[in-house]
Order: sequence, then C-alpha cells, then structure tokens
Amino acid sequence: MATTTRTVEVELATQTMSPTGEVFRMPLTANDAGFVMPIDLAPGTEPDMGSERMLINIGPQHPATHGVLRLVLELDGETVIRCVPHIGYLHCGFEKIGEYRQYNQIIPWTDREDYLNSMGNNVAYALSAERLFGIEITPRCTVLRVIAMELSRIISHLVWLGTTAIDLGAFTPFLWTFQERETVYNLWESWVGARLTTSATRIGGMAADLPSGWIDGLKGFLRSLPKTLDETDRMLTRNGIWVGRTVGLGIMTASEAINYGLSGPMLRASGVAYDVRKDVPYLDYETYDWDIAVGTKGDVYDRYLVRMEEMRQSVRIIEQAVARLPDGPINVDDPRVILPAKIKATSEMESMIHHFKLVMEGPRPPIGECYVATESPKGEKGYYLVSDGTSKPVRWRIRPPAFVNLSAISKMAEGHLLSDVIAINASIDIVMGEIDR
Amino acid sequence: MSVVLPGAALPKNTPDPVTPRTVPHRGGDVNPSVEALRAQFGATIGRHDVTWGETTVWIDATKVREIALWLRDDPTQQYDYLVDVTAVEHRDAAMPLEMVWHVRSLPYRRFLRIKAALDPNAELEVPSIEPVYKSANWLEREVYDMFGVRFGGHSDLRRILLWESYAEGFPLRKDFPLRGRFSRSEQLTQALAANPEAPYSMEELSVADAFHELPADMRERLLRVKAGG
Repeated sequence: MATTTRTVEVELATQTMSPTGEVFRMPLTANDAGFVMPIDLAPGTEPDMGSERMLINIGPQHPATHGVLRLVLELDGETVIRCVPHIGYLHCGFEKIGEYRQYNQIIPWTDREDYLNSMGNNVAYALSAERLFGIEITPRCTVLRVIAMELSRIISHLVWLGTTAIDLGAFTPFLWTFQERETVYNLWESWVGARLTTSATRIGGMAADLPSGWIDGLKGFLRSLPKTLDETDRMLTRNGIWVGRTVGLGIMTASEAINYGLSGPMLRASGVAYDVRKDVPYLDYETYDWDIAVGTKGDVYDRYLVRMEEMRQSVRIIEQAVARLPDGPINVDDPRVILPAKIKATSEMESMIHHFKLVMEGPRPPIGECYVATESPKGEKGYYLVSDGTSKPVRWRIRPPAFVNLSAISKMAEGHLLSDVIAINASIDIVMGEIDR
Repeated sequence: MSVVLPGAALPKNTPDPVTPRTVPHRGGDVNPSVEALRAQFGATIGRHDVTWGETTVWIDATKVREIALWLRDDPTQQYDYLVDVTAVEHRDAAMPLEMVWHVRSLPYRRFLRIKAALDPNAELEVPSIEPVYKSANWLEREVYDMFGVRFGGHSDLRRILLWESYAEGFPLRKDFPLRGRFSRSEQLTQALAANPEAPYSMEELSVADAFHELPADMRERLLRVKAGG
C-alpha cells in the first residue's frame, strides 16, 4: 500500500517588484505550521479595531463556492470565529421523484446529482438495483463499468484540480485539466451519445457497447493525461504560493475524520486507508493491482496530493481493464429486466408483449432492501433501495458523500483566515447537485 | 500521524474482501454483532434478518444512543463509522415508519443496518446520536426536514435542504403529494412575498453589531419573519 509521503522541498521565493520598480525575489517560508511571510510593518499603522465582530455572507452565487453554497461567517478581524453553511438552493427532491419512477427510469436522475461523475453514479445505481433484483452482470459489462467509473473519477478530479487552482490564483492548470476532460467527454459522446448526462447503464447491463475505435481513443487519453498531470504537478506541488495557501489548513485528524463521517480523498488525506474499492469491493476491484493514496496530515495540501495520486492510480486500473476486456454480451440473459431485440419486438407477438410489459410496467424486484456503496470521486456513495415488490421503489436513498464531507466545514474553517475558507471549501470537492439533491 | 488501516482488528491471516457473488435474497451469514447486542442489551434488541447479504437488526428506538455508543466503543465491535441515517415510510399505511441507521466498523470490516419502528400517526421522536457520531448532525437534520422525525438532544435541529419558513410539511412522507401541498399559484405568491433578509437567522444577525444599526423597519421585518409572519 503506497503512502503519499510528504516531502515538500520548496524553494520558496516569489518574483515581485519593489516600489521603485526593481524586480527581486522575495523569500517565503513554508512549514507545517503554515505560511509565514516576513513583512515589516511599521508599528501602529493598523489601528486597533477592538473586538467588534463582523458578519460576512459568501454566496450562494459566488464562483468560489462551487455552486450555490452559502456560508455565513462571523469574523473577528480576518479570523473566522464561526462558520454556518446554508444549503438547499438546488434541492429538487430526487428521492421523492424516485418513488414515482420505475427502476430504469431513475438512472437519468443519477446523472444529475453529482453531475461531474454521472457515469460513476449510473454504475453505482445499477449495481445497487442489480443486487435488489439478484442479477449477476456479464464479465464484459463488469470491465466496461470499471473503465467508466475510473474515467469518471479522473474527470471529476480534473475539474476539482482546475477550479481549485483558480480559487487559489493559478489560472493555467484550469485550461490544461479542462482540455483533458474534453477528451473524455468526446469519448462519452461517442459511446452513449451524451457528454454530461450519460445515463449509460441499464439494470443488467449497459445502454450500448463500445463503438469501434473507442479503445484507441481511450489509449490516446491514457498517454496524454500523465503528461498533463506531470505538468500540473511541476506547476503546483512545489510552488511557494500553492504550498503557502494549502499547507496546514483545515486539518482533520484520523479519528476526527472518521467521527465526522468523511470519506473519499478527504478521509484518506487524514491518514485513514479506507477505500470502498478495497474494503467492500465491487466490480472485481480486488483483482486489479493498484494502491490507495494516503495522506499524513489531513490538510488541504494532503487532499491535493491524494487526488493527484488517485488519478494516476485510476490510469493504472484502466490500463489493466483495457488489457483484460473480454468479448461477449454486455447485457445479462434475463428476460425480467432486459428488453428483447428490436427486430424480434417488431416481428414476434411474444417479444412485443414482453417489450410492452417491460416498458409500461417495468421490472419488479422481489421484496427486500439493499445498500450498495461505491467509491465515487467524492467518497462513499451508496444507494439504499427498498422494494415492496412493485415496479417502483418504496424508498430510494442516496448516501451523499459531499453532503457529509461538507458538514465538517465549520470544524475545519473556524480559526482560520477568511481567505483560507476558500481553500478549505475547495478542498472538500463539493458538487451542490449531490448535496442538495 | 500514522496510517489507520481498516481491518486492523481482524486476525492476521484474514483474506482480503472480495466482490460478493450470487448473494442470496434471504439468509446467509448473520453479522456476529447481533448476538453481542442481544447479550448486552437483552429485550431492547428485537428480531433480525439477513437480506441480500446485509444484516438488519431491530431495536427499541428510545435506546439508540446507548446502543450506538456501545457499538462504537466496545473493543469487540468498534463501529466507528456512521454511514447514513435515514427513514423509510411504506406505502402500506399499516406498516410502521422505520428509522434506519447504517453503521460500519472499519477495524472489523462489518456493516450493520439498525432499524427502529415508529408509529407514523404519533409524534415522531428518537434520541439523537449526534453526541456519538458527529456525522449524524446533518444527516439527522435531513431526516427531520424530510420526514418530520424529531431528534432529542440534537444540537441544532433545523431544516436543512428546505428553508426555515417552509410550511408545506415533510416531503418524503407518503401523504405528501409529489407536486407539493400548495398550488403553483400559492407557491408563487409565497415566493414573491418572501423577505430578502429572511435567509439570515436571528442568531446570525445578532452576532453582528450591524443588526442594531439597521433601519427600524428592516429590523422589525426580520423579527416578523422569525416569528413566522
């Protein structure tokens, strides 16, 4: 198991200009305690404002809140005394709507919650519904879903990386990461016809098999992504400003992180090597050779390192998946859930009735319930389904990782400076579509 | 800080977990924590069943905090991770409303579903497990927001996804219509009449000295919103 070691060898200096116009390098120092910048301030230039507290509202419409999050901060000077998050601006009642939809009709809703990871949600939901129906998917479908989930993880982390870099003042990585992400969206488009809202899975299989040449496109992406990651790594990892704005912020110890229910990179950055893919495996993840990225300090910088390493590990998993991708059907041979072939449905009476009943009435699982967790880019994403034997679930519950992760923001932000709240908030990797549902 | 490895409490030669195959609908291995719970809490623990490989144990709702605390702290259990808190109301009105807690033991790699039955026609109240698991804070607020279950001892039980003055009820209850209780025109009227300052709670405003310097009419409006008018 690989552990991301934390050796920050930063030549901490930044190019700056003196009032007289001379360019010189200003030394910065970074250490684990935080960012210390020596500034000589003439004493008495700042009047003492006393202990008056200020209330600051950030969002909901603010680019640094990554959606429609609203934070109400109580400040003492620039120090955050209290942080009260307000959510719900995107609430559309997905779980309520799901109770009025057939099992296959819920799949489009899963696209729209964590919309940076729509493919991963499709797979996660399908796995959960298949457990409820008692279906074992085909070997080809299993490997295709692994590729889908890991690519989805990569693009979600790329968006996180680019937007977080923008939040902290670096614009260029955003362009690099979004360029890579575009390649994956082109791949999605040629596979399932949609870029963002993929709806790629069906209960018992996939909506479509890979088109010809798709694997070549994927291999091209796998060749170019590590270069982009290396470039971003060179740009950020030992960059004085980046280190200064991330090291020592929002620290969660391992026991705190577990107690606050953090999951995904947030939890692993705190030194807990819990990954659903290893601990509660699905889709044969235990047969792939890959490592969990673990941090040591649990600060914003560690979360960055963990996500960077996770993208590299995802590349490893996809390479192995491509090498082992078997031929064969993508859908299970189970008439309870899989539609008959189009040519049969239009030429044979029995198949037409079968098609009609599946579409109009929907497949019916036995009475029961199940919770299937998957490792989404944000953390442990699980779907809890309760069936009463009809074609619509009694309860469709999304276990939202970003919702639980965000609930710890007050704990992480309090005591830090106002500008650090932006970095801490970015490090949670929130997607409001998933939090508000 | 050293790395916390899940499965650390298991014997050394325990094989790594694998993807489950051919999970039976009913029956299978029962989570050993059920027997331990029975031994510890006796009649507080009700029946249990195994569905699709997951053990569900029914408990007395009023004892959930003691049970959660014991499950977390007992060295033979160590359920240190609260996965989810939610509720289920069945379409069959004769069935009870179920509170559901999903807990996971990272050291033992166990997963347990704890359920408690509540009477949907009575006052819905269970003890909060926020003192045991901090993650329960928002999860319980969401259950309160959606089902109207009150959590005794919760530090900050407010609506979370809906706004505080939301008057239509609890959306995930089965008697709540899909489109909401109010007509579209009523919803629009309310939205247009809403106060732009309403999103601040009084608690938030009171910390700011600026509140006392607000114009009197604005202050009065805010107080009115708080009072529900």
